[in-house]
Amino acid sequence: MEDEEYAGGVQKKFIYINRRAPHGTVYAHEALETVLIGAAFDQDVSMLFIDDGVYQLKKEQRPDSLEMKNFSKAFKALEMYDVEKLFVETESLQERGLNESDLLVDVELVARAKVAELIDQQDVVLSF
Amino acid sequence: MKFAILVNEGPYQHQASDSAYQFAVAAIESGHEVARVFFYHDGVNNGSNLTTPPQDDRHIQKRWSALAAESGVDLVLCVAACQRRGMVDEGERDRNKKDAINVADGFRISGLGQLIEAGIEADRLLTFGD
Repeated sequence: MEDEEYAGGVQKKFIYINRRAPHGTVYAHEALETVLIGAAFDQDVSMLFIDDGVYQLKKEQRPDSLEMKNFSKAFKALEMYDVEKLFVETESLQERGLNESDLLVDVELVARAKVAELIDQQDVVLSF
Repeated sequence: MKFAILVNEGPYQHQASDSAYQFAVAAIESGHEVARVFFYHDGVNNGSNLTTPPQDDRHIQKRWSALAAESGVDLVLCVAACQRRGMVDEGERDRNKKDAINVADGFRISGLGQLIEAGIEADRLLTFGD
Protein backbone atom coordinates (compact mmCIF):
# COMPACT_ATOMS: atom_id res chain seq x y z
CA MET A 1 0.00 0.00 0.00
CA GLU A 2 2.91 2.35 0.60
CA ASP A 3 6.68 2.62 0.58
CA GLU A 4 6.87 0.72 -2.68
CA GLU A 5 10.08 1.26 -4.58
CA TYR A 6 9.44 3.60 -7.49
CA ALA A 7 10.34 1.79 -10.69
CA GLY A 8 9.83 4.68 -13.11
CA GLY A 9 13.55 5.41 -13.41
CA VAL A 10 12.99 9.17 -13.32
CA GLN A 11 15.21 11.15 -10.99
CA LYS A 12 14.21 14.68 -10.05
CA LYS A 13 15.71 17.26 -7.72
CA PHE A 14 13.51 17.52 -4.61
CA ILE A 15 13.99 20.19 -1.97
CA TYR A 16 12.20 20.17 1.35
CA ILE A 17 12.00 23.64 2.88
CA ASN A 18 11.56 23.65 6.64
CA ARG A 19 10.37 27.00 7.94
CA ARG A 20 8.89 26.25 11.35
CA ALA A 21 10.08 25.46 14.87
CA PRO A 22 9.98 21.74 15.69
CA HIS A 23 7.21 21.24 18.25
CA GLY A 24 4.72 24.12 18.10
CA THR A 25 3.06 22.64 15.01
CA VAL A 26 3.15 19.24 13.35
CA TYR A 27 4.76 20.44 10.11
CA ALA A 28 8.39 19.75 11.04
CA HIS A 29 7.75 16.20 12.15
CA GLU A 30 5.59 15.37 9.15
CA ALA A 31 8.09 16.97 6.75
CA LEU A 32 10.73 14.63 8.11
CA GLU A 33 8.38 11.67 7.60
CA THR A 34 8.01 12.73 3.97
CA VAL A 35 11.78 12.90 3.50
CA LEU A 36 12.25 9.42 4.99
CA ILE A 37 9.48 7.87 2.87
CA GLY A 38 10.72 9.75 -0.19
CA ALA A 39 14.21 8.31 0.25
CA ALA A 40 12.93 4.97 -1.09
CA PHE A 41 12.25 6.65 -4.46
CA ASP A 42 15.94 7.26 -5.22
CA GLN A 43 15.57 10.97 -5.96
CA ASP A 44 18.11 13.79 -5.62
CA VAL A 45 17.09 15.22 -2.24
CA SER A 46 18.06 18.44 -0.45
CA MET A 47 16.70 19.99 2.71
CA LEU A 48 16.73 23.70 3.45
CA PHE A 49 16.18 25.16 6.92
CA ILE A 50 15.11 28.78 7.10
CA ASP A 51 13.39 31.09 9.60
CA ASP A 52 12.37 29.20 12.79
CA GLY A 53 13.03 25.98 10.86
CA VAL A 54 16.68 26.22 11.97
CA TYR A 55 15.53 25.30 15.49
CA GLN A 56 14.70 21.81 14.18
CA LEU A 57 18.43 21.09 14.03
CA LYS A 58 19.22 22.49 17.48
CA LYS A 59 21.18 20.19 19.77
CA GLU A 60 19.88 19.05 23.15
CA GLN A 61 16.17 19.24 22.52
CA ARG A 62 14.14 17.71 25.36
CA PRO A 63 10.57 17.69 24.07
CA ASP A 64 9.73 14.68 26.23
CA SER A 65 8.88 17.20 28.95
CA LEU A 66 6.09 18.39 26.61
CA GLU A 67 5.04 14.81 25.85
CA MET A 68 6.30 15.40 22.32
CA LYS A 69 8.45 12.97 20.40
CA ASN A 70 12.12 13.86 20.01
CA PHE A 71 12.36 13.33 16.26
CA SER A 72 15.50 15.49 16.04
CA LYS A 73 17.56 12.30 16.44
CA ALA A 74 16.37 11.24 13.00
CA PHE A 75 18.30 14.10 11.39
CA LYS A 76 21.50 12.27 12.32
CA ALA A 77 20.24 9.19 10.47
CA LEU A 78 19.50 11.03 7.24
CA GLU A 79 22.94 10.17 5.88
CA MET A 80 21.94 6.48 5.85
CA TYR A 81 19.03 7.42 3.63
CA ASP A 82 21.37 9.23 1.20
CA VAL A 83 19.99 12.58 2.26
CA GLU A 84 23.25 14.46 2.61
CA LYS A 85 22.52 17.93 1.31
CA LEU A 86 21.35 19.93 4.31
CA PHE A 87 21.31 23.68 3.73
CA VAL A 88 20.83 26.25 6.48
CA GLU A 89 20.27 29.92 5.82
CA THR A 90 23.06 31.90 7.50
CA GLU A 91 20.93 34.90 8.47
CA SER A 92 18.22 32.74 10.04
CA LEU A 93 20.83 31.25 12.37
CA GLN A 94 22.39 34.61 13.18
CA GLU A 95 19.06 36.30 13.89
CA ARG A 96 18.36 33.61 16.50
CA GLY A 97 21.76 33.82 18.16
CA LEU A 98 22.80 30.41 16.84
CA ASN A 99 25.80 29.16 14.94
CA GLU A 100 26.83 25.90 13.30
CA SER A 101 28.17 24.45 16.55
CA ASP A 102 24.63 24.55 18.00
CA LEU A 103 23.41 22.13 15.34
CA LEU A 104 23.07 18.35 15.50
CA VAL A 105 24.47 17.65 12.05
CA ASP A 106 26.95 19.03 9.55
CA VAL A 107 25.25 21.51 7.26
CA GLU A 108 26.10 23.78 4.38
CA LEU A 109 25.42 27.44 5.13
CA VAL A 110 23.75 29.44 2.39
CA ALA A 111 23.33 33.21 2.39
CA ARG A 112 19.80 34.63 2.16
CA ALA A 113 20.69 36.25 -1.14
CA LYS A 114 21.49 32.81 -2.58
CA VAL A 115 18.39 30.94 -1.37
CA ALA A 116 16.28 31.82 -4.41
CA GLU A 117 19.00 30.48 -6.67
CA LEU A 118 19.10 27.20 -4.70
CA ILE A 119 15.31 26.80 -4.99
CA ASP A 120 15.43 27.69 -8.68
CA GLN A 121 17.72 24.69 -9.33
CA GLN A 122 15.07 22.22 -8.11
CA ASP A 123 12.32 20.31 -9.93
CA VAL A 124 10.02 19.77 -6.93
CA VAL A 125 9.74 22.18 -4.00
CA LEU A 126 7.92 21.06 -0.85
CA SER A 127 7.58 23.73 1.79
CA PHE A 128 6.58 22.86 5.34
CA MET B 1 0.34 20.26 -18.48
CA LYS B 2 0.05 17.58 -15.81
CA PHE B 3 -0.43 18.97 -12.32
CA ALA B 4 -0.32 17.42 -8.86
CA ILE B 5 -1.54 19.26 -5.78
CA LEU B 6 -0.63 19.09 -2.10
CA VAL B 7 -3.20 20.40 0.42
CA ASN B 8 -1.77 20.94 3.90
CA GLU B 9 -4.66 22.56 5.77
CA GLY B 10 -8.12 21.50 6.90
CA PRO B 11 -11.41 22.88 5.59
CA TYR B 12 -12.94 26.25 6.61
CA GLN B 13 -10.13 27.32 8.98
CA HIS B 14 -7.78 28.06 6.07
CA GLN B 15 -8.34 29.06 2.47
CA ALA B 16 -5.80 26.46 1.28
CA SER B 17 -8.35 23.80 0.36
CA ASP B 18 -10.60 26.36 -1.40
CA SER B 19 -7.70 27.76 -3.40
CA ALA B 20 -6.51 24.28 -4.33
CA TYR B 21 -10.01 23.34 -5.49
CA GLN B 22 -10.42 26.52 -7.52
CA PHE B 23 -7.01 26.00 -9.09
CA ALA B 24 -7.87 22.39 -9.98
CA VAL B 25 -11.18 23.40 -11.61
CA ALA B 26 -9.53 26.23 -13.56
CA ALA B 27 -6.70 23.97 -14.70
CA ILE B 28 -9.07 21.25 -15.91
CA GLU B 29 -11.30 23.81 -17.67
CA SER B 30 -8.20 25.09 -19.46
CA GLY B 31 -7.44 21.63 -20.78
CA HIS B 32 -4.78 20.63 -18.27
CA GLU B 33 -4.72 17.43 -16.27
CA VAL B 34 -4.86 17.28 -12.47
CA ALA B 35 -3.58 13.81 -11.78
CA ARG B 36 -3.68 13.73 -8.00
CA VAL B 37 -4.49 15.82 -4.95
CA PHE B 38 -2.62 14.67 -1.85
CA PHE B 39 -4.00 15.76 1.54
CA TYR B 40 -1.51 15.95 4.39
CA HIS B 41 -1.44 17.26 8.00
CA ASP B 42 -4.92 18.67 8.89
CA GLY B 43 -5.64 18.57 5.15
CA VAL B 44 -6.97 15.02 5.57
CA ASN B 45 -10.04 16.49 7.31
CA ASN B 46 -11.20 17.70 3.89
CA GLY B 47 -12.22 14.09 3.22
CA SER B 48 -14.65 13.69 6.13
CA ASN B 49 -18.25 12.97 5.10
CA LEU B 50 -19.45 13.97 8.58
CA THR B 51 -19.21 17.70 7.92
CA THR B 52 -22.42 19.74 7.73
CA PRO B 53 -21.65 23.37 6.92
CA PRO B 54 -24.55 25.90 6.94
CA GLN B 55 -26.66 25.77 3.79
CA ASP B 56 -25.49 29.14 2.53
CA ASP B 57 -21.83 28.09 2.76
CA ARG B 58 -19.83 26.01 0.29
CA HIS B 59 -19.57 22.29 1.04
CA ILE B 60 -15.85 21.69 0.73
CA GLN B 61 -15.88 17.89 0.97
CA LYS B 62 -18.74 17.47 -1.51
CA ARG B 63 -17.02 19.80 -3.95
CA TRP B 64 -13.90 17.60 -3.92
CA SER B 65 -15.96 14.39 -4.22
CA ALA B 66 -17.85 15.82 -7.20
CA LEU B 67 -14.58 16.82 -8.87
CA ALA B 68 -13.26 13.28 -8.43
CA ALA B 69 -16.47 11.82 -9.93
CA GLU B 70 -16.55 14.22 -12.87
CA SER B 71 -12.87 14.52 -13.73
CA GLY B 72 -11.28 11.39 -12.30
CA VAL B 73 -8.92 13.32 -10.04
CA ASP B 74 -7.24 10.94 -7.58
CA LEU B 75 -7.88 12.27 -4.04
CA VAL B 76 -5.44 10.72 -1.58
CA LEU B 77 -5.44 11.13 2.20
CA CYS B 78 -2.16 10.42 4.05
CA VAL B 79 -2.65 7.30 6.16
CA ALA B 80 -0.52 8.42 9.13
CA ALA B 81 -2.24 11.82 9.22
CA CYS B 82 -5.64 10.06 9.03
CA GLN B 83 -4.86 7.72 11.89
CA ARG B 84 -3.92 10.62 14.15
CA ARG B 85 -7.06 12.58 13.25
CA GLY B 86 -9.77 9.91 13.14
CA MET B 87 -10.24 9.63 9.39
CA VAL B 88 -11.34 6.05 8.79
CA ASP B 89 -12.14 3.97 5.70
CA GLU B 90 -13.12 0.29 5.64
CA GLY B 91 -9.56 -0.95 5.73
CA GLU B 92 -8.56 1.32 8.61
CA ARG B 93 -11.73 0.45 10.52
CA ASP B 94 -10.92 -3.25 10.34
CA ARG B 95 -7.19 -2.81 10.97
CA ASN B 96 -7.58 -0.54 14.00
CA LYS B 97 -10.86 -2.01 15.28
CA LYS B 98 -12.99 1.12 14.99
CA ASP B 99 -16.76 1.09 14.61
CA ALA B 100 -17.28 3.81 12.01
CA ILE B 101 -16.21 5.02 8.58
CA ASN B 102 -16.03 8.68 7.57
CA VAL B 103 -13.93 8.87 4.40
CA ALA B 104 -16.11 10.41 1.69
CA ASP B 105 -16.66 9.09 -1.85
CA GLY B 106 -13.82 9.83 -4.21
CA PHE B 107 -11.17 9.90 -1.47
CA ARG B 108 -8.84 7.04 -0.64
CA ILE B 109 -6.30 6.54 2.14
CA SER B 110 -2.73 5.72 1.16
CA GLY B 111 0.88 6.49 2.04
CA LEU B 112 3.28 9.37 1.57
CA GLY B 113 4.83 7.50 -1.33
CA GLN B 114 1.83 8.73 -3.33
CA LEU B 115 2.98 12.32 -2.76
CA ILE B 116 6.54 11.62 -3.88
CA GLU B 117 5.27 9.68 -6.90
CA ALA B 118 3.02 12.62 -7.81
CA GLY B 119 6.04 14.94 -7.60
CA ILE B 120 8.01 12.71 -9.93
CA GLU B 121 5.26 12.10 -12.48
CA ALA B 122 3.63 15.52 -12.68
CA ASP B 123 5.08 18.47 -14.58
CA ARG B 124 4.33 20.71 -11.59
CA LEU B 125 3.53 19.95 -7.94
CA LEU B 126 1.73 22.84 -6.25
CA THR B 127 1.47 23.23 -2.47
CA PHE B 128 -1.52 24.94 -0.88
CA GLY B 129 -0.92 25.57 2.80
CA ASP B 130 -0.22 28.01 5.57
